[in-house]
This record gives sequence, C-alpha cells and structure tokens, in this order.
Amino acid sequence: MDISPVFFYLFAGSAIAFSVSVILKKNPVGSAFSLVMVFFSFAGLYALMDAHLIAAIQIFVYAGAIMVLFVFVIMLLNSDVPSLDMGRTSLLIRSLSGFFAVVMVGIFVWAFKESPLLGLPGEFTSEKIELAGGNTQVVSELMFSEYILPFELTSVLLLAGIVGAVAIAKRDKSLSGRT
Amino acid sequence: MQVEPWVVLGFCSSIFFIGFTGVLIRKNILIILMSIELMLNAVNLTFVAFSRQLHHMGGQMSVFFIITVAAAESAVGLGLVIAMFRTLRSVDTDDIRLLRE
Repeated sequence: MDISPVFFYLFAGSAIAFSVSVILKKNPVGSAFSLVMVFFSFAGLYALMDAHLIAAIQIFVYAGAIMVLFVFVIMLLNSDVPSLDMGRTSLLIRSLSGFFAVVMVGIFVWAFKESPLLGLPGEFTSEKIELAGGNTQVVSELMFSEYILPFELTSVLLLAGIVGAVAIAKRDKSLSGRT
Repeated sequence: MQVEPWVVLGFCSSIFFIGFTGVLIRKNILIILMSIELMLNAVNLTFVAFSRQLHHMGGQMSVFFIITVAAAESAVGLGLVIAMFRTLRSVDTDDIRLLRE
C-alpha cells in the first residue's frame, strides 16, 4: 500500500495508545477526551489513504457531534454522583479477556499476513479518480447514482433514531412516583 | 519503504479488540458505549483500506452508512443511559437486575 510509512506509524501509534487509555482511565471525562484523540488519528489515517471526504466527515460527525453528546451526558449525570467510576470487574475476567483479545489479534494478523487479498480489482484506480476530479467528486456522484436507495433509507433510519431517542429519554409521568 | 496491507489490517483488528476488551472489563455503561464506537471505527478503517487496495468505491460508501448508523446508535444509546440513570440512580451495569429480583 503506497502510503507514507512515517505518518502511518505516527497516527497508528497514537490511535492505539489513546484507545488503550479510553478503556483504562478511571474518569469518564478522561476517556471521552482520549476518544477524541483516537477519532482525530483515524481522520489522519483516512486522509493518508486518499479518503478525503471520509476524513472530513469523521471530524464533523465523530469528533464533533458524537463526542459533544457524550460529554453532555457525562455532565448531566455527574451532577448527582461524586464519581462515575463504579469499580471494575474481577481480576480473573480482566486477565482472561485481555489474554483472549491478544490471541485473537494474533490470529487475525497471521490470517491477513498469510492469505492473499482476494477479490477482483475494481475500476477506481488513483489515476482515474484524479482524472475524474478527486475523491470527493467520485464519492458524491456514486452516492447519488448507484447508492441512491441506501442513501434514502438512511434518512428513514435517522428519523427513527430521532423519534426513538426523544421517546426513550423523555420523562415518563406515570413512572415517576415508583422510584 | 512501504506499508504492507497486512500491517494496516492488523492495526484495525487490534483497535477492534481493544474496544472488545473494553466492553468486557468495564462496568460503567458510558465507557461501554465508547468502546462500541472504537469497534465501529476499526471496521470503518478496514473498509477504507480494502477500498484503496482493491480500487473499489463500495468500501467508502459503506463507511458513510456505518457512520450514520453509529450516530443514530449513540443518540438512542445515550437516551437509554439517561433513562437508566433516572430509574436506578447509577451508571453501573451491575445495578441492572430488575428482572432477577
């Protein structure tokens, strides 16, 4: 893969370091800010792989919208309890799941290294994308021609998400006396 | 010097399993939601890597739809967290035992 090795290892190293810090930090605010750094590293990796539109959307949607939602919810909940960290699982479960994760990563790396990349090469080589006006133009034209049906279904999904989030988070009058 | 494809894919799988471990070892439901986001991101990067390697745009299109699903999922998930906190006054997953009692 003809991408710059220096920038790849820089972004990949910071992504791994910060994602370990996401799952190990005691304070959820610290985890949230580590997650922001992971998202920025991923945006750098997308830009490195010539997926410029995805890199921009990663910043907008993940580092912007989703993280603001997370920090907002942490702020809402944090006013009532002194600390959100309610202890962790037992040492046995922790070490077993860590061991399992390392084994699975080993298996995946072995499989990726030993097997060839299958699949027929498509038509979108980097020269052809450059000739057609860049990554953003090609992706946009595809989204509104070949992938128009999934694109429209996405709007239905978002509508269901809006209605569901409001309905779930709304204060229910009939239940408020029970707790 | 080049970056081999298996290095990129191995990096994606390591991020995925870091998120997987986070789901298993943490009891704070906010951290569990963040770990789910980590796993979704790792899959997105795998799609982009294959898209570049095989010169096919289908991978990048899938990433857009996965990002949409992730946004909707975290909105509904955080709504559930707020509902859970209102009922139980806690974000600890061990406190969810209304059906066991």
